[in-house]
Order: sequence, then structure tokens, then C-alpha cells
Amino acid sequence: MTDKQQRAKAYWKENLRYLLILLSIWFIVSYGCGILFREALNEFKLGGFKLGFWFAQQGSIYVFVILIFVYVRLMNKLDKKYGFDE
Amino acid sequence: MSVQTWTWILVGITFALYFGIAIWARAGSTKDFYVAGGGVSPLANGMATAADWMSAASFISMAGLISFMGYDGSVFLMGWTGGYVLLALLLAPYLRKFGKFTVPDFIGDRYYSNTARTVAVICALIVSFTYVAGQMRGVGIVFSQFLQVDINLGVIIGMAVVLTFAFLGGMKGITYTQVAQYCVLIFAFMVPAFFISMQMTGNIIPQIGMGGEIAEGVPLLDHLDQLHTKLGFNEYTSGTKSTWDVFAITLALMVGTAGLPHVIVRFFTVPKVKDARKSAGYALLLIAILYTTAPAIAVFSRTNLIETVSEKQYSEIPEWFKNWENTGLIAWADKNGDGKIQYVAGSALDGKPKYTNERGAHGERLVSNAKATEMNELYVDRDIMVLANPEIAKLPNWVIALVAAGGLAAALSTAAGLLLVISTSISHDLIKKQINPNISDKGELKWARISIVFAVVIAGLFGIYPPGFVAAVVALAFGLAAASFFPAIILGIFDKRMNKQGAIAGMIVGISLMLIYMIVYKTGLIGVMEPLPKSEWWFGTSPEGFGTIAMLVNVVVSVIVSRMTAPPPQDVQEMVENIRIPSGAGEAVAH
Repeated sequence: MTDKQQRAKAYWKENLRYLLILLSIWFIVSYGCGILFREALNEFKLGGFKLGFWFAQQGSIYVFVILIFVYVRLMNKLDKKYGFDE
Repeated sequence: MSVQTWTWILVGITFALYFGIAIWARAGSTKDFYVAGGGVSPLANGMATAADWMSAASFISMAGLISFMGYDGSVFLMGWTGGYVLLALLLAPYLRKFGKFTVPDFIGDRYYSNTARTVAVICALIVSFTYVAGQMRGVGIVFSQFLQVDINLGVIIGMAVVLTFAFLGGMKGITYTQVAQYCVLIFAFMVPAFFISMQMTGNIIPQIGMGGEIAEGVPLLDHLDQLHTKLGFNEYTSGTKSTWDVFAITLALMVGTAGLPHVIVRFFTVPKVKDARKSAGYALLLIAILYTTAPAIAVFSRTNLIETVSEKQYSEIPEWFKNWENTGLIAWADKNGDGKIQYVAGSALDGKPKYTNERGAHGERLVSNAKATEMNELYVDRDIMVLANPEIAKLPNWVIALVAAGGLAAALSTAAGLLLVISTSISHDLIKKQINPNISDKGELKWARISIVFAVVIAGLFGIYPPGFVAAVVALAFGLAAASFFPAIILGIFDKRMNKQGAIAGMIVGISLMLIYMIVYKTGLIGVMEPLPKSEWWFGTSPEGFGTIAMLVNVVVSVIVSRMTAPPPQDVQEMVENIRIPSGAGEAVAH
């Protein structure tokens, strides 16, 4: 295996790990907090919001935006680490 | 100045701007025409994607829809934003690295098969036409309401406008007009929201105002829940759909968003892989501004509406109520003859209002289809919420006119993006890649322009003679995209072993299953069968949520079939390895 192939393999592995973590968060805030566990979370309040309702109509969207920008940062670093940036 | 004068002035200025940009950004090559030369900055592409994405439906209908659905409306909020996370993490960077012009390009090359390409083109055309048919109707309605012309004339004006900038500039012209359209539409959406939030909660930021308190020191949302309970509606913050159905619809919308060809193609227009990721982030940020404001507007307008009309004498109702009654979006039937408006749960009328052209005892327009069995006396069209909001809140005339310009910007930008995908499918995927591969760049560009005219005319006809099923199926375009493209693209990137047999089988099974479920449970077949009732749904899944199941079936079929047939050839496996690393994307190459 050439050096480039080895780097590519390691790069891909780390990339998949990032994806797994970020997509878990994506799933938890929307499907978890906003849908499946909303009844339980609605017992809590965030200002005038019931917490589950807030996640469904506001919170999950904010988290989505943050997730993408975190991903951009992580990947830019990863590109540099393995010499795939340009 | 009157609202009408303001509308003409603002619409005139914004249109002059769009035309100016279209002429400045004329396309000289197919690369300009399909992917704007591949040189759009991430921020500009983010703005264009956002404008492309937010249609007349997002701008006008969504807040109204949510205000009538309460918690259930969350499916649209999460579904139409969460898809961008999938797009940014799983699709955009790799498709940009792949570096061709269209989604069928990717499918055709990755699955080394013209059959796969053809299946993808057909899926792209089905999805885009279902989507654009609704848009053109939307364009017509917006024009007719704001410029007081006939709906059909509205559709024709809309066609002419879209055609001009799409014909001249292709993707390049569309991208830069969409940047301008984003600015117009977001400004137009936010200004009334600031005013109303300030009026109702004393906080100018609607996202915070929504969770704020009304004058008595009670949280606004609790107050609205109480109003709802008192009038017999479900609690606003609880909703009526089953948890599974909310889950399924949200997932179908998210995955569908990430699979829509007119959204994906936008990420071919930026210079580098890095830019594709960043651009998806900007797009979602810019979309989120509208999508987090819409639920706030929904709450404000719902509370406003109930408090303004419930148990009030018709004779003392504000002027805007009567204006919208005249346009046919509100109707009141005084069933118990007390002269007051009873607004409670249940449908007041049998479908849309049928007016008799006579006036009742209090001066209201009489309707012939009141449902005597229901207590509710009030019919309100949900589209009214965003449109009437500035009037209900007594905002200045220029704000009302601004909403008109914003609605037009939203409708036109989405229609243009879709029409481009349709024309590209024809000129590039069909003519260049299948019928006449030797066609010159100039010849292909000519065909691209011819097919855009063709696409506009067909879409316009759909707008003027809307088939009855259009309204019902627009939401299902997402299910179709989820059931066809999304698995084929994802597996193409993340599963090196996926081969052409698997992908083709998956796409065909997925889209057919979705189409059949749609016909059986939603649209019916004209003259043959009526759609089956809710009680027959599989696992209680609504047709809107069925895309989730069809997508899973697609994945399972693809994986099983691919493992039973020969692995893809070596050069394809190398190609997959190559798109997984970001460097060396180069330009979106012609072939």
C-alpha cells in the first residue's frame, strides 16, 4: 500500500468517527428531545417554553446549524493533518 | 400612500434588480449554464441555496400551517432544516469532489451504467415536476393577490419573468438573482415579525418573544394553551399526530430534502470541497433565520386571531376581517343566530366556503355549505396568517407591500431553480449523455436553452390547469426523493461494494413502492378508486411519512441484491476511494 493510500484510509476512519458522533447528536436533539422524549421534557421549562416543545420548534434547529459549523472546523483540521487540504 | 401604490413601487424596484443581474450574469458556456462556472463563493452559494429552498410555501403558508397545527407543525420545522445536516455531512463534499454537473451524472458514473443513469433521470424528472407544479400555481396566486390580476395571468407573468433570467444566465444568472431574492425575502419576513413581537411581548426578537410573557405576567404559550383548551382545541404545544407518525414524517422530509436534485446541484457550483461544506453551513444558518421565526409568528397570529374574533359581535369586528371575507379566505356562518362569532374546535363548513352572493342579517357573506352538526362558525384559510398579519397588527402600508415583494421573491427563486434542474436533465443527461455524445458545447448550450423554454411552458400549463392531485402531492415529492436518490447516493459513497444491480433494484423498488402507497392512500386513481382511509395505513404511517419506510426498503433491497451479484469493477472502486479524499477537486469538469 502506498503512503497516500494509507493516509487516505486513516483519514476516512477518523472522518467516519466524526460523522458517527455528530449524527448521534443530530438524532438525539431532534428525534430524541423533540419527538420521543418530549412528554418527559415538557415537565421542565425554559423561560416560557415547555422544554420538549422548545427543542421541536427552536432548539433542534439551532443545534443543526452549530453541528455543521463544528463539522466544517473538524474536517478542515483533519484535511491538514493528513495533507489533503488545498 | 396606499398599499397598492407601495406594492407596485417595491415589486417594480426588486424586479428591475433581478433583470439587471440576469443581464450582467449571462452564460457563455455549458459550465456557466449548469454550475455557474464552478466559481461561486460559499456565502453567495449559501444565500442562493436558501432562496432556492424557501418557496412561496415556506414564506406564505408555513407559519399559517403551524399556527393551525401547533406542535404537529414541528415536522416541517425539523424536517426541512435537519436535512441540511445530512447534506453537509454525507453528500455535499463528496459530490463536489466527484465534480460533474448533475445527480444522474453521479449515479450513471458510479454505477457504470446507462440504465442507472436513465432511472435517475426519470426519478429527477418525477420529483422536480411534482414540486414545480405547485410552485407555478403559487407564483400565480401571489401575483393575483398582490397585483390584483387574474390567477392565470399571474402564472403567465411569472413564467415570463423566470424564463428571462433562466434563459439568459442559466445557473449563473439564477444564482446571482437568488442572492438578491434571499435578501428581499428575509427582510420582508423579518420586519413584520419584529413589529408584532414587540407589540405582543415587548421583546423585539421573535424567537425570544415566543417564550416571553404577555402583559398579565403569564407566559404567552401557556395562555395560548388555555385558550385552546377552553375552545375545545387540542393544547397548542401537544398536537394530535401519533409519535411514530411525527417521527416518520420528520425523517422522510429530512432525507427528502437531502435528496432533492435542485438542492444537491447547488453544491456543484463552489470551487472546492472545503467550500461545499462551509456553504451548506451558511445555507442552513440563513434558512434557520426564517424557520425559527415562523413558529413565533404562528403563536403570535394564533393568539391574535382567537382574541380578536372569539365571542365578539360581528358588527364590531375590525376591517381586515371583512376584507379577507370579501376575498374568500374567511367565512362566518351564524349558526345559533346570536350575532357573535363562535370559534371552537371542528370544521365550520363542508370544505372551502361556497358563497351565495347574498348578505346575512349582520352584513356577513352567506355560505351554502355550513355544517349544521358542528358548533364552530368560523372558517379561516391558513394562508391568511402571514398575509394578514401586518394588517391585523396595524402595521404601516409599506410593510404590507414588502410582504408582497418577499412572497414573489420566494416563489420565483424556487421555480427558477427547479426549472434549471429539469432542463439540465433533458439537455445534459438525456441528449449529451445518451442520444448524441458528440454534440459540441455550443450545441448543448442551445439545447439547454430550448429545454428550459419547454420546461417553463409545461410548468406553466400545470399552473394554469392544476391537476386535482397537485396540492396533495407536493409534500410527497420529498417522499419520492427519499425513496429513490438518497440511498443510491449514500451507498455509492459509503459502501464500496455497492454495484449497479443493487442500486438500480433499490431505486426502482423504492420509488415504485412510494408511488403505489401515494396512489392507494392519498390521491386515488381518477375514475378507478378512491384513496383508502387512515385506518388502513401500514403501521399507522401517513403517506407523507411513508418515504421513511420506502427508503429503508430501498436500502435493504440494494444491499441484498449487491451482495448476490458481482462487485463493481476496479476503476469504480478507485473512483470511490478518490471521492472520499477532498484534495484535487479541481473544477467541475466537462467530459
